[in-house]
Amino acid sequence: MNARTRSDWMAPVKSGLMGGLIALLIAMVGLVEVSVKRPILTADGRILLSVGQLLLLLPIILMCYKAVQVFAAGCEKVTDRLGLLATGALSGFFASLVLAALVLLGRVINLRTVFIRASPDLFNTLTFGLGLGGGSVVLLLFGALLGGLVAAITLLPDRIRRPLVLGLALVPLAAILTSALFAGRGFSVPVALLVGVVAAALTFAWRQTQPKLQDRVAALSPSGQRTYQVFRWLLPVAIVLALPRLGAYPSEVLVNVGLFVLMGLGLNIVVGFAGLLDLGYVAFYALGAYAMAVLTSPEMTWHGIHLTFWQALPFAVLASTSAGIILGIPVLGMRGDYLAIVTLGFGEIIRLVFLSDWLKPFLGGSNGITRIPKAVVGSIALDNSPKLYYLILAGCVVAAFVAIRLKDSRLGRAWMAMREDEDVAQAMGIDLIKTKLLAFATGATFSGLSGAIFASKLTSIYPHSFHVLVSINVLGVIIVGGMGSIPGVVVGALALVGLPELLREFAEFRLLMYGAALVFMMLTRPEGLVPEARRKLELHEADGEV
Amino acid sequence: MAILSAHHVTKRFGGLLAVSQFDVEIQENSIHSIIGPNGAGKTTFFNCITGFYRHEEGSILFKGEPLDGLSPDRITRQGIARTYQNIRLFQNMTVIENVLVGGHVHLRTGVFGAVARTRGVMAEEAKALEEARHTLRFVGLAGRGDYMAVNLPYGDQRRLEIGRALQTRPALLLLDEPAAGMNPSETEDLMAFVRRLRDELGLTILLIEHQMRVVMGISEVVTVLDYGEKIAEGTPAQIQRDTKVIEAYLGRRATA
Repeated sequence: MNARTRSDWMAPVKSGLMGGLIALLIAMVGLVEVSVKRPILTADGRILLSVGQLLLLLPIILMCYKAVQVFAAGCEKVTDRLGLLATGALSGFFASLVLAALVLLGRVINLRTVFIRASPDLFNTLTFGLGLGGGSVVLLLFGALLGGLVAAITLLPDRIRRPLVLGLALVPLAAILTSALFAGRGFSVPVALLVGVVAAALTFAWRQTQPKLQDRVAALSPSGQRTYQVFRWLLPVAIVLALPRLGAYPSEVLVNVGLFVLMGLGLNIVVGFAGLLDLGYVAFYALGAYAMAVLTSPEMTWHGIHLTFWQALPFAVLASTSAGIILGIPVLGMRGDYLAIVTLGFGEIIRLVFLSDWLKPFLGGSNGITRIPKAVVGSIALDNSPKLYYLILAGCVVAAFVAIRLKDSRLGRAWMAMREDEDVAQAMGIDLIKTKLLAFATGATFSGLSGAIFASKLTSIYPHSFHVLVSINVLGVIIVGGMGSIPGVVVGALALVGLPELLREFAEFRLLMYGAALVFMMLTRPEGLVPEARRKLELHEADGEV
Repeated sequence: MAILSAHHVTKRFGGLLAVSQFDVEIQENSIHSIIGPNGAGKTTFFNCITGFYRHEEGSILFKGEPLDGLSPDRITRQGIARTYQNIRLFQNMTVIENVLVGGHVHLRTGVFGAVARTRGVMAEEAKALEEARHTLRFVGLAGRGDYMAVNLPYGDQRRLEIGRALQTRPALLLLDEPAAGMNPSETEDLMAFVRRLRDELGLTILLIEHQMRVVMGISEVVTVLDYGEKIAEGTPAQIQRDTKVIEAYLGRRATA
């Protein structure tokens, strides 16, 4: 064992304090207070673990993990197991020290004159309801134990660690989801154990059998492989189709997610593939929605045209596509920051045009347009979320299909080349004007489709629905999901649109959590949750040389 | 016959004359070098040919047709390709994708074809892929097609850049300091490779190079630029004896 210097012990202390400070921040802004009633683990109706407590634990766990990682990075293989455990424990101890200091301070002086969230309830949560003296000691011990536990888990061999971590992570996630979706009461201890153990066991089994399964599949005949592919997709497809069965509220959330997936798929082409940072993307969403509204609402009498949803849809989409090209032309020569600022302006201009009194007789001004009819399929009106879900799902499937096909084509390559180096792309014979306008137009088309569905979903639209924040949200979706990655858009939308929608108590913290999520992603996983995958093209078929 | 000829080409940056009244004739199927001290205007001339800069005066003819005022992509379609002094690959694309982008101008697929993936489109893609693999073999990168371009070692990046340019199927290839940063044995390989490009593919090569071993070893004609003006032109042997050239490189007293 090599001798550890003083600075080696400073690192875990620092990460511990950092974790504690983050937890402190979370508590002080009130995130704990609003979510302490949302149960994860319960016993006899008493809450053992709430979302609020989990929010306090998470930064501490993460920072302990970081401290342990830093410690382990110093050596090839961890021989100093005790040192590792001590590092984790030390880090956890100092994290809880910050919280204990808060409790102590809160007792001595009245913090609430400045920090209104430093409530007795919060202190009670922090001291496990054991009062100041005993509670603080328990808190410190708990922190150290937690840190040690984190360290101990990293010591486990990979094949046990991964299932275990997955099981541990899945329990709160599943508990939160069920409580949010079905107004459930969280999991009781036996249920939680069951969920965790099953999840861990399945992961373990899957990791053991998966390589063998792959060998078996590789040995199959081409037709057999095709059958395997069909079966492999059968279950996910069935689940996706059955999702509205969860009820009206989950469907409502999913429809909102779907609208953002559709927009995300479009913006992903513009920003992710072609590298054109468009911050006014909401403009096309608004245009699609307004085109739908103007053409279908009986309120709009000035043109004497009243179409049904399906009749108006092509026009709405076409309006957005044309707008994509028209707004694309003036920005053809702009790059990077300049493009971002100008498109940001365009987005606002479009919204202000819809808001203006000048166009009020035609577009409704600040009163918006109401009485937009619902879409009708056959004799079924898509008048509730579970039915609308299928409409938006169909839209997403078509958009994803188009995006995937385009990505793996000559055009997709041209977009990516342009993203990488515009000058060189042009020197390779790529017509920048055509290629850029095509990206803008495709992106606008998807957004317009989303807007049209949005209008018929709400049956009334107002200019303020098309705030610049929508553009930023869509951009957040593709950044979190992974730039240029199509599955990433779905994951990003679920995380950034679905979760906040479910956890209503966090509504006022939405932007704070967006910011935190983005910073965290940039620091730990800048390529996104589901990074863009690369197809193997050279050695796709038996090519001989390696 | 001259494949490319420049007449009185002048390019100014503000008050600076980067290229001044430059005349040059590049013979078809030749290896022609442009040399000169740093800042002599060599790369500027390349940028004028490829359309990235607009020259204020003079004209450049390619196969008898003027290139003046055409956009870079149009010029590439005419049959001129280039590489860069500081390698400029599409770094976050795979090696073979880089080459495929080079083949862009020879493919027809549009939006609807790409989405519908008709038989014609599939055949075109398969052919493009086959040609890209062939190019990889030609430049010696077989088996590396699925690597990220950014992960290739330096020498391979140079090869890939040439491969990407070749995929545009040029008649004239402009190489901007291809031997920069290469050791003597790599340089030797490069010289053989450039000769192959000329002999096997029938290309005309216009080369900017600082390594005199390369310039003198493979060029048939050498043009010397200094402060944007042509000061000498001739075979490598003639250039080596030229007093003006020696002056430009080594200063006035060296000629004495």
